[in-house]
Amino acid sequence: MPEQQQTPARPPFWNDPRIRSIGFQCIALLGVVAFGLYLLHNTQTNLQQRGIASGFGFLSSPAGFGIIQHLLPYSESDSYGRVFWVGLFNTLLVSALGIFLATLLGFIIGIARLSKNWLVAKLAMAYIEVFRNIPLLLQIFFWYFAVLRAMPAPRQSFNLGDVLFLNLRGLYVPAPVFETGFWVVLVALLAAVAATVILHRWARRRQELTGKRFPVVATSLGLVLGLPGLAFAAAGFPLSWEYPELQGFNFQGGLVVIPELAALLAALSIYTAAFIAEIVRAGIQAVSHGQTEAAYSLGLRPSYTLRLVVIPQALRVIIPPLTSQYLNLTKNSSLAAAIGYPDLVSIFAGTVLNQTGQAIEVIAITMAVYLTISLLISLLMNWYNRRVALVER
Amino acid sequence: MSTPTPLPELPPPVINVGILGWLRRNLFSSPGNTALTLLAIYLLYLAIPPILRWVLLDADWRGTTRQDCTSQGACWVFIKVRFDRFMYGFYPEPERWRVNTVFLLLVLGIACLLIKSFPRKLWVGTFLLLIYPVIGFHLFSGGSFGLPVVETSQWGGLMLTLIIAGVGITTALPLGILLALGRRSQMPIIRAICVTFIEFWRGVPLITVLFMSSVMLPLFLPEGVNFDKLLRALIGVALFQSAYMAEVVRGGLQAIPKGQFEAAAALGLGYWKMMGLIILPQALKLVIPGIVNTFIALFKDTTLVIIIGLFDLLSTVHNAATDPNWLGFAIEGYVFAAAVFWLFCFGMSRYSQNLEKRLQTGHNR
Repeated sequence: MPEQQQTPARPPFWNDPRIRSIGFQCIALLGVVAFGLYLLHNTQTNLQQRGIASGFGFLSSPAGFGIIQHLLPYSESDSYGRVFWVGLFNTLLVSALGIFLATLLGFIIGIARLSKNWLVAKLAMAYIEVFRNIPLLLQIFFWYFAVLRAMPAPRQSFNLGDVLFLNLRGLYVPAPVFETGFWVVLVALLAAVAATVILHRWARRRQELTGKRFPVVATSLGLVLGLPGLAFAAAGFPLSWEYPELQGFNFQGGLVVIPELAALLAALSIYTAAFIAEIVRAGIQAVSHGQTEAAYSLGLRPSYTLRLVVIPQALRVIIPPLTSQYLNLTKNSSLAAAIGYPDLVSIFAGTVLNQTGQAIEVIAITMAVYLTISLLISLLMNWYNRRVALVER
Repeated sequence: MSTPTPLPELPPPVINVGILGWLRRNLFSSPGNTALTLLAIYLLYLAIPPILRWVLLDADWRGTTRQDCTSQGACWVFIKVRFDRFMYGFYPEPERWRVNTVFLLLVLGIACLLIKSFPRKLWVGTFLLLIYPVIGFHLFSGGSFGLPVVETSQWGGLMLTLIIAGVGITTALPLGILLALGRRSQMPIIRAICVTFIEFWRGVPLITVLFMSSVMLPLFLPEGVNFDKLLRALIGVALFQSAYMAEVVRGGLQAIPKGQFEAAAALGLGYWKMMGLIILPQALKLVIPGIVNTFIALFKDTTLVIIIGLFDLLSTVHNAATDPNWLGFAIEGYVFAAAVFWLFCFGMSRYSQNLEKRLQTGHNR
């Protein structure tokens, strides 16, 4: 009896998964393209009707408004393009300072949260729960309008040892003045860093070959601090400080941290530190206790256990969410617009947009800047993740 | 020879048990720890009494004008006088029962869902998701059933905050689930569209999204169509949050073992049945903390609508603090707003921890 090969009947083509998937994708693509064209058409008609010329020509016309804080040389006769760079640098400044402060505070609080001391742990927890659950904008308003706007006038400023002055116009700190010969110190610092890197490599190779350890951390610290210090002394201390002084109704000299920057910085770092603290706590708790016990049973001392076993594994858990917090902080710095700190959104997407009416171009440029920053950081993050990911069989 | 009789057991040393033992273990276990404890107590001593005096002991509670605030402490009269404004914005006073009804319904519905043994939860959920928004919209804006129309520009205060958060949450979750499924899809074009969408919204700050929805959206629409300012903000918030929600849900989808997909396929389930019956229930349960965190973030982000000129809770408080009749009471206003936001956010996070424990079906060791 011949064995009958039972082939199932071919499904009709609209039930073939491959054809269906191609069909769905075509429909989706067509839908997106049609939607895009529809928006484009509407925009063009609207722009024509309102008589707005599109294009980026406006970037070279003069801005005509002042900016209270600029890291680049800027005057009112400079172009809108210049305003963009001034704003971008202000955004980067507040983000960099905020990231530094938030990391510092966050790590301290996160470690305090795990402290064996009951009171310290509870205080850290209270900090986290309070600041994490209050909107950032509210915190910025609080620092700016309720605290810094309520500061006394310059004549009655808070005086910290005749060096720091805090008043309505901001925080005045001494400014460093670099005299001739200061370059020697910088060269010495560079040399020290280079020497540290070489030393680190040498010590590692020696340890792999012979098993002997070398006190790398202490030596590097000595090098990095000592060499520039010696050079500084040898060059005859080429650095002096310019102190702020009260002249008439205001302070002259020194560096001034404008209240907008101070409020934004305080709110951003206090708010983000609460999140970083939770990340640090979770990261440290993610390293199982068995790891510590195993390290002890191998005869590692507690300090080595922490440095060689616990921290590397905790960092693997901590770093990805930490980067996303850094990204959040950078994006949140755009709330500067609410208190008038001249960041990218405030002066470019705010003032420039209002003056020129070039809504599409301005918003597109602003969004492109933030997108670039976040995509760059994501790429960096993916690279790092691949490097530290556990290699399994 | 007598057998040795064991001595009676001694009580543990007084210093190792009870309150003393607890203090020794948790606060004074080493010199360093003792120093930390003393420092913390000193800091608390510096901070707590002045705050207590300001908030409670020296505060002014009674009165109706700023002249009633005579003491050194907080002037809660300011909050009392402006309380209605903080809650309802410029919503006309005789119509406020409508707002109250809508929120009372919401509270009742949510209470039914929270009580474990309540029957017919499915019906309550369907009502809340499908019928309730319609009722809410008609009651808020009026114009039907003989109710006078209340323009959205008159909505404000905590009411507006809750509306934006509620609409944002209920639209962002389904959109986010769809986007996450699209991002995990086998079809390259669908995946590319979803990835682009998600990464775009996640890469820009909400404030630029709000700027865009208030400045650019009118340019995108055909002639004659004009969206309400509130609706434009809602669209911006929903799109922005759906991208974040998509990433959270994707995390859950990735955590489901491949065997679950294969088992569902082997049972002959199609794509939507596989997702709806097997994968999503497990994935969503895994990411409850992430979803609630997104909700909390959204709730806090609603304050940003002040930038485009809507009057949410923070905005009304901020405006009241700049009122010339009540200058100098900004701190009271901000503290009040902070307390309200804190209560909502803290409540949500506690509830999510609770839910996580309840839904725990023993996957973790």
